[in-house]
Amino acid sequence: MSGTATDEYSAHQHDVDEALLAEQGMEGRPYELRASTTGLFSELRADKAGLLSAVFLFIVVFAAFAAPLLAPYGPVEGNPSTSSIPPIWADGSWDHVLGTDTQGYDVLSRLMYGARTTLLIGLAVVAIAGLFGVVLGLIAGYRGGRTDRWLMRWVDVQVAFPGLLIALIMIAVLGPSMTSVIFVLSFNGWMVYARMTRGVVLAAKERPYVEAAEMVGCRPRRVMFVHILPNLTSSLVTLAVLEFARIILAEATLSFLGLGLQFPEVSLGVMANGGRDAFFSLPRLAIIPGVVITLIVLAVNFLASWLRVVFDPQEREKRFAAGATTAATTVEGVM
Amino acid sequence: MGRYLSQRLVQGLVVILGVTTLVFVVTRMIGDPVNFILPLSASEEQRAALRADLGFDRSILSQFWSFLSDAVRLDFGESTYFRNEDALGIVRRFLPKTLQLVVAGMIVAFVLSVPLGAIAALRPGKLLDKFLVTLSLIGLATPQFFLGQVILLFTSVKFNLVQFGDGPWTHLIFPALTLALPAIGRLTMVVRSAMIDELNSQYVKAARAKGVSRRRIVGVHALRNAAIPFVTLFGWEVIRALAGYTLVVEAVFDWPGLGDLAILSIRERDFFLIQTIVFVVAVMVVLVNIVIDIAYKIIDPRVKIA
Repeated sequence: MSGTATDEYSAHQHDVDEALLAEQGMEGRPYELRASTTGLFSELRADKAGLLSAVFLFIVVFAAFAAPLLAPYGPVEGNPSTSSIPPIWADGSWDHVLGTDTQGYDVLSRLMYGARTTLLIGLAVVAIAGLFGVVLGLIAGYRGGRTDRWLMRWVDVQVAFPGLLIALIMIAVLGPSMTSVIFVLSFNGWMVYARMTRGVVLAAKERPYVEAAEMVGCRPRRVMFVHILPNLTSSLVTLAVLEFARIILAEATLSFLGLGLQFPEVSLGVMANGGRDAFFSLPRLAIIPGVVITLIVLAVNFLASWLRVVFDPQEREKRFAAGATTAATTVEGVM
Repeated sequence: MGRYLSQRLVQGLVVILGVTTLVFVVTRMIGDPVNFILPLSASEEQRAALRADLGFDRSILSQFWSFLSDAVRLDFGESTYFRNEDALGIVRRFLPKTLQLVVAGMIVAFVLSVPLGAIAALRPGKLLDKFLVTLSLIGLATPQFFLGQVILLFTSVKFNLVQFGDGPWTHLIFPALTLALPAIGRLTMVVRSAMIDELNSQYVKAARAKGVSRRRIVGVHALRNAAIPFVTLFGWEVIRALAGYTLVVEAVFDWPGLGDLAILSIRERDFFLIQTIVFVVAVMVVLVNIVIDIAYKIIDPRVKIA
């Protein structure tokens, strides 16, 4: 029995796929009909939730990374005289579409800059934790034996750590900054990748093509990275996307508790934290960032289920065959 | 079974040792706690005296050794923030509130996710199923603090429903629901998926052919088998709640539990208290892990524990 977030994710993902499949009502439709339209975007068009999510995320990413060009104000531009201006739907003006906060900063501008920080943290953590986890998983799976035992024991021990508590303590030590948030979240998140990679490597190692590569004299590094690693693409991409969603929630939580990023830096979590100050008089300052975080995470989840279908031929087959046997599939990954 | 258990216990001890070592090393880098204890006006001699008194002038290794040898006797030293109070005593004082929250939250998660998942599985792909799946996904995507805030806003302000802090159970239900939300989302999905598989299995077809009532098939045969993946995931939810996610709920609802204490002790650089909290949490996590394994074995006799 292994207990990690990956397992849950894949179980969860399995259901997402099933739900989406059912939504499309393609029961019993022959595979050939769709075979001509394979490819990323035709899949996406068939997946309403996925398409909507992709469009939404595109807007978010664009608005976030073009914030210096697009945002009407700077993230900390304003003063007490412009504080607490109501948003447009509550007799506000177009000068401050979402109003201003208690400090006088424009909420829409902060949202854009904040999303930028949050997305950057998510990308950095996924890259660092992913790289570390995949390399360790490759080594553990390929070398086997004692190396494998010790590396996986390390993973087991660290998985059992109370992550949030450790994260808070470490950030307190390192000082609240973007770098330390990235470091701490990577430190807590690499084990998932290692476990998954190792599993795939163990399966691939027995295949004839790996044996063949070894027999013609490829070095271990070449076998690992050139022959085995490509097998990981589909599951790795899906996992990375799901982890990205998790990291966004984690950053928000750390900053909400006041122990993550801090003024004058701005992230979605910092905004949520700011919303606590005048919570009962100006609840929109808490609700706006909260809704944005929820929507981003939801969209990323839908996108992940689309990617999974696109990248994984087996998953695809399941999707098309499912009409006939109505989900005669297994709860993969749960055990 | 005995050999397996002892193996798990050893693994648990390694986890506890690993966590405490990590936290010990990390907290020694936070900065001089003496500055947090004494007023700014304290003289250098006073600082040095307190440092010597608390043992911070010794080498890290010797500090760690005495920490370990005391910890084995469950002596974690005195809190520096709550003056002269035994750190373990303080944790013991705050722990019941957190446990209350975790137990209530997990009951809520169990009571909601099992029937919801089972109902969704009865007619997969139909409207009710789609609705429940979407709801679960939204539950998973919502940050806990945000849900807590929304609940707080609607109950205590808009409708003046609940006064937090009094009442025998009403004050518990919303924090518990907030804590349970992501668990409800994940568990509903798992129950649903497992139930779909079971309802499509050969033994269900056989039972149906024999004329067993639908209620009995779903309630007795399928649910029991679906319980196997459920138990593992439920255990992880308990662990997740124990291992820190009450922290967020406690912050939103001003719930005076272990999470609140943890944030306070980090802010005040209370080394001894931080260490004690982490130690207690790690022990709980390890124990729950072992309980899950045993429960797994009891529910599914096919599982061979080796």
